[in-house]
Amino acid sequence: MTTFTVPIDNGDSVRIAEEESQRTLYPYVTGTSIVAIKYKDGVLMASDMGGSYGSTLRYKNIERVKAIGKHSLLGASGEISDFQEILRYLDELTLNDNMWDDGNSLGPKEIHNYLTRVMYNRRNKFNPLWNTLVLGGVKNGKSYLGMVSMIGVSFEDDHVATGFGNHLARPILRDEWHADLSFEDGVKLLEKCMRVLLYRDRSAINKLQIAKITEEGVTVSQPYSLKTFWEFSSFHNPTAGAEGSW
Amino acid sequence: MFRNQYDTDVTTWSPTGRLFQVEYAMEAVKQGSAAIGLRSRSHVVLACVNKAQSELSSHQRKIFKVDDHIGVAIAGLTADGRVLSRYMRSESINHSFTYESPLPVGRLVVHLADKAQVCTQRSWKRPYGVGLLVGGLDESGAHLYYNCPSGNYFEYQAFAIGSRSQAAKTYLERRFESFGDSSREDLIKDAILAVRETLQGETLKSSLCTVAILGVDEPFHFLDQEAIQKVIDTFEKVPEEEEGEGEAGEGEAEAAAAAPAEQGGGGAGDVAPMEM
Repeated sequence: MTTFTVPIDNGDSVRIAEEESQRTLYPYVTGTSIVAIKYKDGVLMASDMGGSYGSTLRYKNIERVKAIGKHSLLGASGEISDFQEILRYLDELTLNDNMWDDGNSLGPKEIHNYLTRVMYNRRNKFNPLWNTLVLGGVKNGKSYLGMVSMIGVSFEDDHVATGFGNHLARPILRDEWHADLSFEDGVKLLEKCMRVLLYRDRSAINKLQIAKITEEGVTVSQPYSLKTFWEFSSFHNPTAGAEGSW
Repeated sequence: MFRNQYDTDVTTWSPTGRLFQVEYAMEAVKQGSAAIGLRSRSHVVLACVNKAQSELSSHQRKIFKVDDHIGVAIAGLTADGRVLSRYMRSESINHSFTYESPLPVGRLVVHLADKAQVCTQRSWKRPYGVGLLVGGLDESGAHLYYNCPSGNYFEYQAFAIGSRSQAAKTYLERRFESFGDSSREDLIKDAILAVRETLQGETLKSSLCTVAILGVDEPFHFLDQEAIQKVIDTFEKVPEEEEGEGEAGEGEAEAAAAAPAEQGGGGAGDVAPMEM
């Protein structure tokens, strides 16, 4: 184990193992919310295509929802490089699963649990993958939707969201989600949530993708924008009531 | 004729391309007492003959639960069988823990076979001296496999291993084509009948055999003595008809003069104490 010496505040030095300096301390390039719901034929998942570098909206073409195997969809918010690492793990996993070529395959439940194990184990080593993951899928007619956080908290639900989506989108979903939504209604509901996020989350951008997974497979829409409205009367002359502000 | 020269090491080939140590290990399987497996599309039944070391001792356990959806019956060196069963349980539970999903039996069997193969290619190891009948479920339904000390594995509709298993195999060969669509009860009956074939005329009692079953909606479990005896009573006809049917296993076992025709007996040679 290679160690090196670093000076600390009081003038002394401290020896740190090389691995220590490679632990994740903070995220750098991050994605914002993912919102996902179960609907009649499967699962719908929406995300925007932004990658923020702190407060700068640096990357505007990042796909944060990816197909995994035949039966699953993975969406991620948080550190983009960690998401890419997770995709590499899952790639290896699904490759080995396919190589068995025996009629058995990993479904969304299995992938969700695998990811829970990975995230929790990393958390225990104080070196987390800085993501909140949403795993949705359909296998043998059964829909599945679950979430795993960077500390390994894991659960399933009929609708999930990450980050700001938890605060802004889920209340809408709690009121308006119901079982057996049609595809059109599901998309409308997701767009309603994404519009609120676009107005209120500063790291959201107006370029989103909606992915759908059914028994037949995965479809990821082309990126598109939501219509927004900024002509509310209170937006005109916003400082009318507050002297001295701008 | 060259057997004695090339059979000391498992890593020595014979001039005819054989590994004698591996073949000797397969002999050990043939010396163990019989184990039988059969399957339908949805169920697998494992049955074995209970042989005790002496009248004073209990009989050796030859059927093990690996998981709710996988069971294994062994023949040969039971100590080796126990170790491999523990390995299978370990693999199964590790998979369940990581994926919250049962390990498909076909994949477990490959892990087992690869483990056995290692012992055929290391000079400091010896092959496992046990044959395993692994019954279990995966996405496509029920399966039965036989794992060999050589590291080979085969899938079967029905199979028997151990001493006098040929008698059981002959019985199964006659009937296997119907097993796929068999009901659960018929499958159990066929298993017990196959066990009876290996007993060479000895009367069949529920205390002599162990039967276990697993199915698509039925976790692995052993049948209790009563249930086994009930099945035996349906085909071991009692000469004097008594009130009702299915007496609890007692005198009628001896009265079963309707014992099956004698099979050509394989003379049981010396059975080493460690083999059952």
